[in-house]
Amino acid sequence: MFKDTEHLIRLAVVMVLALLLFVVLRAAVVPKSFGQYGHYRGNAVAEIAARTPRFAGHAVCEGCHSEVFDQKKLGRHDNVPCESCHGAQGNHAEDPASVKPQLPDTAVICARCHEANSARPKAFPQVVTPDHSGGLACNTCHKPHTPKIEEEPKTASTKPTGGKK
Amino acid sequence: MEITRRRLLVLLPAAAVAWKYIQAGTPEAAPNYKIAEHWWGMLIDIPKCIGCGSCVRACSEENDVPDGYFRTWIERYHVPDWKIERPEVSSPGGGKQGFPAGQELGGKNFFVPKLCNHCEDSPCTQVCPVGATFVSPDGVVLVDKNYCLGCRYCVQACPYGCRFINPKTNTAEKCSLCYHRITKGLTTACCEVCPTGARQLADLKNPKDPIHEFLKTHTVQVLKPHMATGAKVFYNGMDGSVR
Repeated sequence: MFKDTEHLIRLAVVMVLALLLFVVLRAAVVPKSFGQYGHYRGNAVAEIAARTPRFAGHAVCEGCHSEVFDQKKLGRHDNVPCESCHGAQGNHAEDPASVKPQLPDTAVICARCHEANSARPKAFPQVVTPDHSGGLACNTCHKPHTPKIEEEPKTASTKPTGGKK
Repeated sequence: MEITRRRLLVLLPAAAVAWKYIQAGTPEAAPNYKIAEHWWGMLIDIPKCIGCGSCVRACSEENDVPDGYFRTWIERYHVPDWKIERPEVSSPGGGKQGFPAGQELGGKNFFVPKLCNHCEDSPCTQVCPVGATFVSPDGVVLVDKNYCLGCRYCVQACPYGCRFINPKTNTAEKCSLCYHRITKGLTTACCEVCPTGARQLADLKNPKDPIHEFLKTHTVQVLKPHMATGAKVFYNGMDGSVR
């Protein structure tokens, strides 16, 4: 038997109290959902999923603008999604009356895809815009939803195939 | 209101239910989404990419990515003749405004869109000291920005350079595969706007997803397979020079 056993008992009591304090503090501090799926806060998954999308998606566009979809089906821009050119329209889809989208500037937006660049796939239609249009907006001659020009161009000075590669 | 014994007996269970609700935290955001039935990845068809930068712009807008930082970006590869180990890679402004016109350099030229590979065995989640980044049960590598310390371990650990520290929040940020969209049945913002279909979201657990037929019939690679990260962004038609 040890001498002065109560020292050891006192030490044991202090350690048990410290352990209890740790357990209580840990339960209070660690989020409830921690460990629900793994070593992370399970609620984070739902929190990240809860944000509101800004791009409405072309299915939503079709709900109101089906005539544009019919028009697009006739041309090669059939598979180009609306928001690719028109930008994020989630707010417009939520409240079509008060949020009106702006028409994109074709001189900028068409060139992003169709300006000649040697890294683009060879079969993809490309033009050197200064030679092709001389700085005119593309929708002077082309209709963006059905881009192929069927009849004579409106202005005689522009040759739609002039700069074609 | 006076608290009588009868009222207390009614109130107590109601309070218990309310407390349980508070403890449970955020309710399920997408009620029809079953987390165990999905395993997300992406397909990138390099021969279809025209380098227009639509995906980069859409990603920035959808996810409030700060200027000069990128969750996805486009690289332009220039491979001079046989030097496939010395490609010249450029990504001016992440390709957000497209690429400079012309650039007739000869050799082989093509675009490679990059993003988080949503690795199954992701190095970035393994180094997180607090469990702020993780692979979700449906295979998306996410960051819990309320839990992240901003220690930058994960930024260093990612072999693909897909992470950055958001200068406003000082927490790690990365592609979330538009988790707030895909759980609602939408596709990601980058796939939504891609005009040529070069980027396609893929649900690898859905047997009807066209990805399975595509993987079967095409020569598909992942980036840095020697890192054995279990990357789930598949590249079709990828040249050996791509890093």
